[in-house]
Amino acid sequence: MPLLQVRNIETYYGPIMAIKGVSLDVEEGDIVTILGANGAGKSTILKTISGVMDPEKGTIEFMDQRIDGMSPDKIVRMGITQVPEGREIFHDLTVKENLMMGAYLRKDRSETQEDLEIVHDYFPVLKARSSQLGGNMSGGEQQMLAIGRAIMATPKLLLLDEPSLGLAPFLVKEIFEIIKRVNDEQKTTILLVEQNALIALSLARIGYVLELGRIVKEDTCKELMENEDVKEFYLGVKEESIRGSKRWKRKKKWR
Amino acid sequence: MELFNEIIQTLLSGVSIGCIYGLVALGFVLIFKATEVINFAQGEMMVLGAFIALTLINVFGFSYWAALLLATVGLGIFGLILERLVLRSLIGEPVFAIVMLTIGLGYFVRSSVSMVPTWGTDTYGFTTPFTDKAARYGELVLSWEQLAIIFMTIALILILFAFFRYTRMGVAMRATSQNQLAAVYMGISVNRVFSLTWIISAAVGGFAGVLLSPITFVHMNMGFIGLKAFPAAVLGGFSSIPGAIVGGLIIGVTESLAGVYLPIGWKDVAAWIILIGVLIIRPQGLFGIQEKKKV
Repeated sequence: MPLLQVRNIETYYGPIMAIKGVSLDVEEGDIVTILGANGAGKSTILKTISGVMDPEKGTIEFMDQRIDGMSPDKIVRMGITQVPEGREIFHDLTVKENLMMGAYLRKDRSETQEDLEIVHDYFPVLKARSSQLGGNMSGGEQQMLAIGRAIMATPKLLLLDEPSLGLAPFLVKEIFEIIKRVNDEQKTTILLVEQNALIALSLARIGYVLELGRIVKEDTCKELMENEDVKEFYLGVKEESIRGSKRWKRKKKWR
Repeated sequence: MELFNEIIQTLLSGVSIGCIYGLVALGFVLIFKATEVINFAQGEMMVLGAFIALTLINVFGFSYWAALLLATVGLGIFGLILERLVLRSLIGEPVFAIVMLTIGLGYFVRSSVSMVPTWGTDTYGFTTPFTDKAARYGELVLSWEQLAIIFMTIALILILFAFFRYTRMGVAMRATSQNQLAAVYMGISVNRVFSLTWIISAAVGGFAGVLLSPITFVHMNMGFIGLKAFPAAVLGGFSSIPGAIVGGLIIGVTESLAGVYLPIGWKDVAAWIILIGVLIIRPQGLFGIQEKKKV
């Protein structure tokens, strides 16, 4: 039984169906990624899992327990924490207060303090700027703060929504290395949503390709990297035809 | 020397009434920051607090301090009931609908007070430990009633400051007012934060009502002082807690100076002139911050 099991969920924004029957599994200890273009419904899947949006149909099971329709704070209590798209840090709280808000539901003071050390070890800049206001940090530092804040909740499943958004390439690399370390060292299962397909596929083990609210392909990331359609439409590898020019009218095979 | 004493006394009465404005403004600001609703029934919380203290002291023979404490706690419970019964069902509705509702609540409370036996529409008073006491420094005579208001306001503000700064729930309330979505992702129950916000601001209103009683006496319309606390809140930036207090003090002091040194009529206008002047120079208020977001 996988840690997270999503079955045929359908989620609406008013009359618009954003998720059209998505199923996916996340095994314990794994890193799973969902690839897709703008508006494919990636973030909506994460919001549905974390309870911010409710699915009209379908089921979500986490540790053998139905969580669809639960209130978001109960879902956090069960061990699912989301790093939302666009950071969403608390601007007028200090860095330390931001991190401690991640541990809001925890009662174990000494372990919380140890986890604060761990987060400081992952992101030394957060220690150096402990008493600075979150809103005065740069974009990259805010992303680190958002991830650090989620680690403070010691989740079993960490949902990451576009952690590379708007960051310089070297920062993206740094952040993804830390995500990898969190998975290795804290044994945190990770579900990652990304537009940056190359880095997502090189980090994750299993990948799902999402187009217009449907999962069109599911495989190990190794296989996906070799897949012609993924290469051309997500990795931007241009393929030349026999005549030596780009084939503009090529159709994706999964359609 | 006489002029000096007069100025000190005028300032003292301005600061003490300013404290009351500040406390009522604080009630506005707390609710506005958390829920983006302006609670026009904030003044009526004072009325209820004052009447509860009045009954406890005059009818049941409680001491002033016990009555102050019970009125504050009682209003907190009233705020909780109000939020649970009335306002929670309106979450997500247009803001103006909720604001209209609070205006209606204000009328409802005022009318209810006039219907309660022994309360009614008359003006009452109760004695406090400070009644008719004064601190004398040579020629200078300071009324203890006014000094007490200032000291008790400072005490309450220190308690609130410590709560919002050092307790987990207090920081969570600040977090929720800054970014509700992120607060949800942290597992903070926004409903609980809203409840607590109403509890605190109703309790602060009740506390202010008891404090104000010796100065304006207790009657059903004492809540109209809320209308003067409103410019105090705007002056402070409407989303800043220290701003609300400072705004209250500015309005209070201006009013009392204008009352003594300017012709009749200026007393009520002065506060608004200051407000307009400040808003022309700093549209976001004295302590307001313009929203900015990094992408």
